[in-house]
Amino acid sequence: MTTDTSHYGGLRFMRLGMLALAAGMLFGVIGGFQFLFPEFLQELLFTKTRPLHVSLVISSIFLLAIGGIYFYLPRQCRLPLFSVKAVNLHYWGFVVTGFTIIGCYLSGRFGGREYFEFPPVLSIPIFLTWILFGVNYFCTARQDKEPWPVYYWMWGTGIVFFFITYAEAHLWLIPYFRENMVREIMVQWKSYGALTGSWNMLAYGTALYLATRISGCEKYSRSRLAFSLYFLGLFNLMFGWAHHTYFVPSEPWIRTFAYFVSMTELFIFGKIIWDWRASLEDWQKNRHCNAYRFLMAADVWVFVNLGLALVISVPAFNLFTHGTHITVAHAMGTTIGINIMILLASVFYVIREELPNEIHARCSSQLRTGFWLANISLAVFFVALILAGIGKGVYDGTSFQEMMTGIRPFLFAFTLSGVTMMIGFWVILWHGFRLMGQILAPVRVAEPEPA
Amino acid sequence: MSDAARHGQQVFQDKNCIACHQFYGLGGYMGPDLTNVISTRGEAYSRAFIVAGTARMPNFELTDDEVSAVVAYLGFVDQTGTYPPKDYQILWTGNVAQADDPR
Repeated sequence: MTTDTSHYGGLRFMRLGMLALAAGMLFGVIGGFQFLFPEFLQELLFTKTRPLHVSLVISSIFLLAIGGIYFYLPRQCRLPLFSVKAVNLHYWGFVVTGFTIIGCYLSGRFGGREYFEFPPVLSIPIFLTWILFGVNYFCTARQDKEPWPVYYWMWGTGIVFFFITYAEAHLWLIPYFRENMVREIMVQWKSYGALTGSWNMLAYGTALYLATRISGCEKYSRSRLAFSLYFLGLFNLMFGWAHHTYFVPSEPWIRTFAYFVSMTELFIFGKIIWDWRASLEDWQKNRHCNAYRFLMAADVWVFVNLGLALVISVPAFNLFTHGTHITVAHAMGTTIGINIMILLASVFYVIREELPNEIHARCSSQLRTGFWLANISLAVFFVALILAGIGKGVYDGTSFQEMMTGIRPFLFAFTLSGVTMMIGFWVILWHGFRLMGQILAPVRVAEPEPA
Repeated sequence: MSDAARHGQQVFQDKNCIACHQFYGLGGYMGPDLTNVISTRGEAYSRAFIVAGTARMPNFELTDDEVSAVVAYLGFVDQTGTYPPKDYQILWTGNVAQADDPR
């Protein structure tokens, strides 16, 4: 057992991320029932459950990705963290800010914009802790004298662009933006599109890191194709936002440009993972069977979502799908199917590496059941949302209530599959949380010892 | 933007109305898009919904001033464009040109 515990901060982030994901899914399910039965849990209005669901799930993506970075750099890349104290400060800053935001939502104290509905003053600690993370990351990574593998670039880019786009998402506080609806909505959705690109950079960087480590083949992180993906991702992050705002009055060239940009990134990513799978020996697949399984699921969901993204990025089709549940299918499909699957692969990769003799770190039947339940449910969930979206797409604007009644069977399927998906993920998260706790256990015993 | 609309914008955010409603198709899915609710349904209709609530929307117990402010804000949004687009052309590229686009 190692006495160096500098990488354990990363594990705490990952465990917190798993808790956030489990709680976020619960609020999502409650929101689903409120869609069907508006009187369900009246004390917890949909105006509260939606931000709780979204914020917790997005937080889980960040926590799992950040935790992986804090873990992999000192533990596997042999780069001692620039400041372990900054990791702890980052963690506790995240915990305190997170719980304050949850408290605001539960007590109905809003004031922000969609996705960041909390009072805007709470963005200050988010900015400050992100600066800590950024400084720590770059000061740690620069110790590597070799040319950086692509995942270092992706993580660094995700960190820098989160800062820029999160700042941009607050421009509405300035009257110049707030008092011009079109300007404001364009800037707001430009920032959200790029913000998604920034967490994709963190998650895709993690996927390439895992592909490199599991295969033992450096080409996945140093090849031209990998760097092509990186630059395409960066291009997409900076310019691929306008498909959100096709029908806000704007210059038509913006739509054309966004239409082109949206087509590119996911295909290259899928190709890299596909090539990696073909190159793996059976023993490598078996050794990291859990991580491998989640990466494969992410790969399948990349192609499914690419198909949908291709359709909805064509303005003529977007005219029909925009503002419908088809957009939700796209958002959920990419968030759960791609980002969460990659980050769960990261969790189980860490567990397998750190607990080589733990039987449940290998392929247990419970994990396999959870995996299939979650993925099959996600497929039903995705299809139900598309069908509900088609129902809304043909809505002629007369009676909103009639339209909602018409799509009710699909919303029912969406909610039920949401329940089974949550159960599947909870099984996975329970194993991940428990096993990661076993990795941390020796540290807890060691901590009371006098210095 | 009038003072009343500015106030209404703040009330709209404080009650997190965007969790359920949309502007230009962006927002939540529980309730209808409100971009042109004032020109299509009218102020009195909007006011009645805000004051009384519906089976899906709770009565937020806004004061008269707040209700008027939200209606003013919805009127402000209404002036900025049309959603869903009514006057548009689908181009051979698959792109769409709207009458509302800046010229």
